[in-house]
Amino acid sequence: MIDLLVIPLIKIVFVLTGVLITVMYLVLLERKVQAWVQSRLGPMRVGPHGVLQPVADVLKLFVKEDITPVRVDVWVYTAAPIIVLVPALIAFAVIPFGGEVHLFGKTISLRIADINVGLLYITAVASIGVYGIILAGWSSNSKYPLLAGLRSSAQLISYEVAVTLTLVSVILTAGTLSMVGIVEAQAASRVWFAFVQPLALVIYVIAGLAETNRSPFDLPEAEQELVGGFHTEYSGMRFALFFLAEYTNMIIVSAVATTLFFGGWLRPFPNVAWLWWLDYVPSWIWFTVKTFLVLYLFLWIRATLPRYRYDQLMRIGWKVLIPLALANIVVTGIVKVLL
Amino acid sequence: MFDTDELVINMGPQHPATHGVLRVVLKLDGEKVVDADVVIGYLHRGIEKLSENRDWTQIVLLTDRMDYVAAATNNLGYCETVEKLMSLEVPRRARYIRTILAELQRLASHLVWLGSHAMDIGAVTVFLYGLRERELVLDLFEEYCGARLTYNAMRIGGLPLDIPSGWDKKVLAYCDIQDEKIAEYETLLTQNRIWLERTRKVGVIPGPEAVSIGLSGPPLRASGVRRDVRKDEPYAAYEEFDFDIPLGTNGDTYDRYLVRVEEFRQSTRIIRQAIEGLPEGPIVGKVPRLIKPPAGETYHANESPKGEIGYFIASDGRSTSPYRLRVRPPSFCNLQALRRLVKGHLVADVIALIGTIDIVLGEVDR
Repeated sequence: MIDLLVIPLIKIVFVLTGVLITVMYLVLLERKVQAWVQSRLGPMRVGPHGVLQPVADVLKLFVKEDITPVRVDVWVYTAAPIIVLVPALIAFAVIPFGGEVHLFGKTISLRIADINVGLLYITAVASIGVYGIILAGWSSNSKYPLLAGLRSSAQLISYEVAVTLTLVSVILTAGTLSMVGIVEAQAASRVWFAFVQPLALVIYVIAGLAETNRSPFDLPEAEQELVGGFHTEYSGMRFALFFLAEYTNMIIVSAVATTLFFGGWLRPFPNVAWLWWLDYVPSWIWFTVKTFLVLYLFLWIRATLPRYRYDQLMRIGWKVLIPLALANIVVTGIVKVLL
Repeated sequence: MFDTDELVINMGPQHPATHGVLRVVLKLDGEKVVDADVVIGYLHRGIEKLSENRDWTQIVLLTDRMDYVAAATNNLGYCETVEKLMSLEVPRRARYIRTILAELQRLASHLVWLGSHAMDIGAVTVFLYGLRERELVLDLFEEYCGARLTYNAMRIGGLPLDIPSGWDKKVLAYCDIQDEKIAEYETLLTQNRIWLERTRKVGVIPGPEAVSIGLSGPPLRASGVRRDVRKDEPYAAYEEFDFDIPLGTNGDTYDRYLVRVEEFRQSTRIIRQAIEGLPEGPIVGKVPRLIKPPAGETYHANESPKGEIGYFIASDGRSTSPYRLRVRPPSFCNLQALRRLVKGHLVADVIALIGTIDIVLGEVDR
């Protein structure tokens, strides 16, 4: 009973609150990192160095008036933000945050579920979110959101192909679809897959940027071109849901990158014996640190690069990334067979 | 079976990328721009008409409000036109200081252009870097005349104030900083793949066509046409300085970017020469107590950061205000090219193209 119901429930509560708080502070981190790059200070007023800024932002979004424009398709308009956010959150179910810990005489593994098709589950769930974006743009009954919705549907679908193809090469290397299995495969081979599959990592990061609508591929919400993008007509908490979903997706992409390429919860340099003392750091800390380093890369890129144009973005996706990813799979397969 | 419709969207007047209150009515076929109609007039304040009821000296103040990103250049153009009408001699020191102010203003204006243009294409950081250095220019202007945006920094026949002591050193120090920072912007943009892809071959306008549309300033020079009022019809003290006119070859957005970036370097070069050779002497010429130009009309042009800003002034010789004042605003004339530029490009390019012609709506509408 306890193992079946209570512990998973506690885990779910922990993960959900953890993710939401991380998202809140990720927004602050993004503003701070951007500010440092741009020789500014960023939020400084709410709390020391703005640490309470996320709280203030959330409170503001909660008390804001929730406007539903008159001529929207009310049902779709209401459903869209939910469709965007929920898949982003439930994808966390299979992310392994750490190894095993011993608490109150029980061995608890730091993940909600370890299903044998974990990676497939994440790609399947993540692709549902696209519907929310299309529906939001379409139901708003407004021109800019419609254009943005069209853009994003095309963008997300094409880049999902690239992401999934890179995942295939990792699966080939690890020989399993389970997220835990992939980390264990890296532990067994004593090397991160980032070094085994460098091309897959590069493609994954680029396509991941595009899939999460991050700069330089943030076309669906290119504010200089399409005002606010697909969520132009949304306000208050509904807007906050889109915002949450975007950052949650960022965390997912980073967490998956950590698991697949950077050894998940393993300590750095698992092949160097004299670094054994690093094992005393709890595994979930390694996972968090690695995930945040990937996230930092995202923020850094945003502060540095201009934005691609829509047609260029599609060209990169279909003519560069996907062929490269396919070639990578073929090479991985051949090497697998030969060895 | 597949019905296609042209989608008409309004870009502006309330749009984050139209640099104020410009309205562009776009006809779209998917993402492709079929036609564009530029609607202006949202910032019209009737400056030309107002001038007919103001003293000659008061009009300097009005010219501030046209191109508010480069107010000193506007002041200079107006004052020189009146001086030309009255055949006034301006002391050499005043002409030197005017040149310094005009070039500082060019730097400030180009910094705003660079920042907003880059931000429109998505490089937000360049915007803040640009404004960071512009702040230094504004500080210099504040120390000189007390204002930071609308300077009222020129007088007919000379200048209101001599430079404060130590100001010239600060200007030189600023020039050093600016030269260093240009390299910083260039590392972010000039060789950046994304920047190249977004600007190369976008909005190409060949030289002869640029001339026939009436372009001036950097957009004209980027098309390879060698025309700079500072060289062709020197005013202030420009004939005494060495500087190059950067020219483009392709006339695309990237060339316009390169031309302006090179103008940064030329501007600091001019300022350095002017500070080094700054002569002693009065700052105001022999100006009559009551300014009343003789009857007649004249046209005089300046090279503003945006292009050729010309003033046509007619005086009836009797009243203390102009009979007619007409401005040739570079932003307005350059904006005409927008329709020609955007046709066949994508929506995202429209933003880049509005940025590349560097308009200020205060000047377009006046």
